[in-house]
Amino acid sequence: MSNPQQLRYSKEHEWLSGAEDGVSTVGITEHAANALGDVVYVQLPEVGATVAAGETCGELESTKSVSDLYSPVDGEIVEINEDVVNDPSLVNSAPFEGGWLFKLKISGEPGELLSADEYAAFITG
Amino acid sequence: MTDAPRRTALDATHRALGATMTDFAGWDMPLRYSSERDEHVAVRTRAGLFDLSHMGEITVTGPQAADLLDYALVGNIGGVKTGRARYTMICEAEGGILDDLIVYRLADQEYMVVANASNAQVVLDALTARAGGFDAAIRDDRDAYALLAVQGPESPGILKALTDADLDGLKYYAGLPGTVAGVDALIARTGYTGEDGFELFVRPADAVALWEALTEAGKDVGLIPCGLSCRDTLRLEAGMPLYGHELTTATTPFDAGLGRVVKFEKTTNGGDFVGRAALAAAAERAETDPPRKLVGLIAQGRRVPRAGFPVVAADGTVIGEVTSGAPSPTLGKPIAIAYVDAAYATPGTEGVCVDIRGSHEPYEVTALPFYKRQK
Repeated sequence: MSNPQQLRYSKEHEWLSGAEDGVSTVGITEHAANALGDVVYVQLPEVGATVAAGETCGELESTKSVSDLYSPVDGEIVEINEDVVNDPSLVNSAPFEGGWLFKLKISGEPGELLSADEYAAFITG
Repeated sequence: MTDAPRRTALDATHRALGATMTDFAGWDMPLRYSSERDEHVAVRTRAGLFDLSHMGEITVTGPQAADLLDYALVGNIGGVKTGRARYTMICEAEGGILDDLIVYRLADQEYMVVANASNAQVVLDALTARAGGFDAAIRDDRDAYALLAVQGPESPGILKALTDADLDGLKYYAGLPGTVAGVDALIARTGYTGEDGFELFVRPADAVALWEALTEAGKDVGLIPCGLSCRDTLRLEAGMPLYGHELTTATTPFDAGLGRVVKFEKTTNGGDFVGRAALAAAAERAETDPPRKLVGLIAQGRRVPRAGFPVVAADGTVIGEVTSGAPSPTLGKPIAIAYVDAAYATPGTEGVCVDIRGSHEPYEVTALPFYKRQK
């Protein structure tokens, strides 16, 4: 699997896009989606909610388990992906594209995020 | 357990197929090969191929093999005809379930007991402890067999292409020795999926050849390899209990709604069998004053109940506990099996919720199973 070079990655397996007008997109990585198995339910933060880096802001439920969703950065939610709420399998089939989770207006400097290569090294341990 | 997990004879095959492996009862087993939902659907609509070599086989032979099993287990094992199988249980003297089992009568004086991997040693020890005075021998055959299962509506056709055995004459819960793809096998029409299907007990050295032959014979009808994840959702939809979840030493067969497996009427050994008195009391209690009953729950929402989650009434009172839960691919909704207070166990009971991480999600109480195949 390949992690897109233009994204940055958290150790909680979220990805963060570069900001456009201060707004970035967040999703989970293909590695995380594969580890979860078929995602069947996605609970996302509400538009307007304030989220903090490293804190729980939703959950992803798969056949076998439930996992907390973390924001990789501080910010305010400006949009959530309704398509993925209606069809959670998008997280598995297109984690870096149609399976994105939310967009947020970044209010703080991202902390320790990894480059694609650093993340690839992190997950192979 | 600190030992490294054991690997089945098909380990290299699973890895070559890219399986996600998991430690299950001390064995390194395939959890899934691709999408567990696709694997589930394949078994319901076409066919799936499983490696179940972790299951624990114990052979009991001798002139009093039947008498020993009638004493040690709750079922009427002497009444099983050669070539047939029986679902049964082994209980403690106090009535708690040690394991649920399938017993195959291979010959007049030979039985194969198949235990869950997690309980195989417990069952072996209990049988050995109960064998005193019986002219019967107990053999640990866990390493003697690999077990492959072909499950799903296409499975008879797939198997027919590989064997001359009389599959049409092989009824559900029957087993006969035969040859499949040139490999000696005990061919059993059993399974844990709610579909028609077969379980093939073979020598471990033959497992890879048989797996490859089955894969080849099934490829045109959509057979795919299937892991333990979909096996769990398949059995859950079919309302089949899983040891450690619905069945434990704290439950009797009557608590689990499976009192029918206890045969008080058997006459071998003067009618005596381990657990008899306690089970008679449990039967009486289940009839007159049941503590809790095993029910099905179907979600109205999309959040998934998991084992151990509390079942609550409308006022938040805890009225039960989920023992198994998963998103059901067939129903398209989360489902669960739960023990609930008898007052809430009637299908259609209003106001039953599952506490899912603090949020009370509404559930419909239903009879088991959730899914029954059309015959």
